[in-house]
Amino acid sequence: MKQGPVKEDTVKQVPMNGRAVRLRSKLAAAGVLTLALLLTACGAMPRTGGGVSTSSTSASITVFAAASLKATFTDLAHQFEAAHGGTKVNLSFGGSSDLVAQLQSGAPADVFASADEANMTKATNAELVSGSPQIFATNVLEIAVPKGNPAGIHSLQELAKPGLRLVLCAQQVPCGSASHKAADAAGVALKPVSEEQSVTDVLGKVISGDADAGLVYVTDVKGTGGKVDGVAFPESKAAVNRYPIAMLRQSKASSVAQDFVEFVRGAEGQKVLGNAGFGAP
Amino acid sequence: MPGSARPRSRAYSGLPRWVYVPAALGALFVLVPFVGILTRVDWLHFVALITSDSSLAALGLSLETALASTVACLVLGVPMALVLARGPVRGRRWLRSLVLLPLVLPPVVGGLALLYTFGRLGFVGRWLDVFGVQLAFTTTAVVMAQTFVSLPFLVVSLEGALRTAGGRYEAVAATLGAAPSHVFWRVTLPLVLPGLASGLVLSFARSLGEFGATLTFAGSLQGVTRTLPLEVYLQREVDPDAAVALALVLVVVAALVVGLAYGRRAAGAVAA
Repeated sequence: MKQGPVKEDTVKQVPMNGRAVRLRSKLAAAGVLTLALLLTACGAMPRTGGGVSTSSTSASITVFAAASLKATFTDLAHQFEAAHGGTKVNLSFGGSSDLVAQLQSGAPADVFASADEANMTKATNAELVSGSPQIFATNVLEIAVPKGNPAGIHSLQELAKPGLRLVLCAQQVPCGSASHKAADAAGVALKPVSEEQSVTDVLGKVISGDADAGLVYVTDVKGTGGKVDGVAFPESKAAVNRYPIAMLRQSKASSVAQDFVEFVRGAEGQKVLGNAGFGAP
Repeated sequence: MPGSARPRSRAYSGLPRWVYVPAALGALFVLVPFVGILTRVDWLHFVALITSDSSLAALGLSLETALASTVACLVLGVPMALVLARGPVRGRRWLRSLVLLPLVLPPVVGGLALLYTFGRLGFVGRWLDVFGVQLAFTTTAVVMAQTFVSLPFLVVSLEGALRTAGGRYEAVAATLGAAPSHVFWRVTLPLVLPGLASGLVLSFARSLGEFGATLTFAGSLQGVTRTLPLEVYLQREVDPDAAVALALVLVVVAALVVGLAYGRRAAGAVAA
């Protein structure tokens, strides 16, 4: 009952304060406009930033590298920058196929390091690569088990034990196709409870203890810093993963890009990669 | 009282004209990306792409699990909304923030939370494991992940509807001697039915699109835990055409659900 008159009051106030309202609405409109401008500015910033870094004559390169190279390439980029005063190496990590898709959509980069040859071939076929890609590292699979190996896994064959909760990468991603190749070589039929999107997802399930075992790369096991144990197996030789690196055609700092590729393939690069568990090319 | 409420909503008719500019921009921003998907669909192979074994398994699983989690949201969410809207006032704001947490959490974080709770070594999962119940890598885990992220949608819409409806009819019913349960089924529920319906639709749609929590908690296996969004993400690795085709299926299913539900609601409102 009390609400009635109060409401009428507010309704009457609107026409009386018409000017104030209009002013307020204009202010609001201005606010919205400013916000929109800010948003577009924010959205545009990374783009222009990227453009500047590649087009400028100062030594600055952008390297697109597979996610599994994150630790080593971050280290290598620092070393490279230290050895080449004033040079800046921008790193962008992601799944190799994501990176190729980004490059195909025009992402600015000077060097591409892929985790497998298939994705590098995609880049080559799309005429993104300058020259021919070079293999700079290899990687083999290892069985990742929770700390202490509670399920007592010591060979690839034991992964087929009934009741064992095995997690693999899906066949569509490189570590998954390698897992199948190794299993085929060993003549083992693996029945995973889950086929994950990436190595990270497989490791996550092993670390949490929900999976009894998973197949990932040696470097991935090492990269967890002891959160999982690794079990090497001889059949991994049937599925050696080779990492190619290449300079990109769009590079506007090709000499620096070339230097970086050489650096990764050279003694210093190989030492860092070797320490992380990568094999020589 | 309802008589005085109606003219009030009619009084707000004149929109300032500038409102239409950002509104149109917003609409374009939402709609144009769908055109982007349409331009990339490989229509020649569309049917073959969406009727492959893996696609059909993913679509079936998505519909099943989304339906199951919507039911779970209904069973758990309605009482939650009732308590939040009508229950004791003390600590309600605090409780609401907690309940709405999944709304602001990145789904992957939600998935991790579920994994570390209901996973084999989680503090609840450890006990379940003793009884031989293992949730990770099962379809149940998918439903749990979806319920976790969509529950707040139902709670928020229903709580809003309950607040807007107010408690006056219930009070009248109670003075006329109706028991609380009777009042709930005969008065409260019919009053907030539209709000409940939109909450259910939102929950279903959110469940259908659930990705991060499912991937983290349930894993990904064809026919068991690999729902349509996971299949889209995986297919993208090798066959972007299949991914786009499946994405379109997902868009169409979601649009159908939302369209049907809201269409019927609008028709119902006119009839009323």
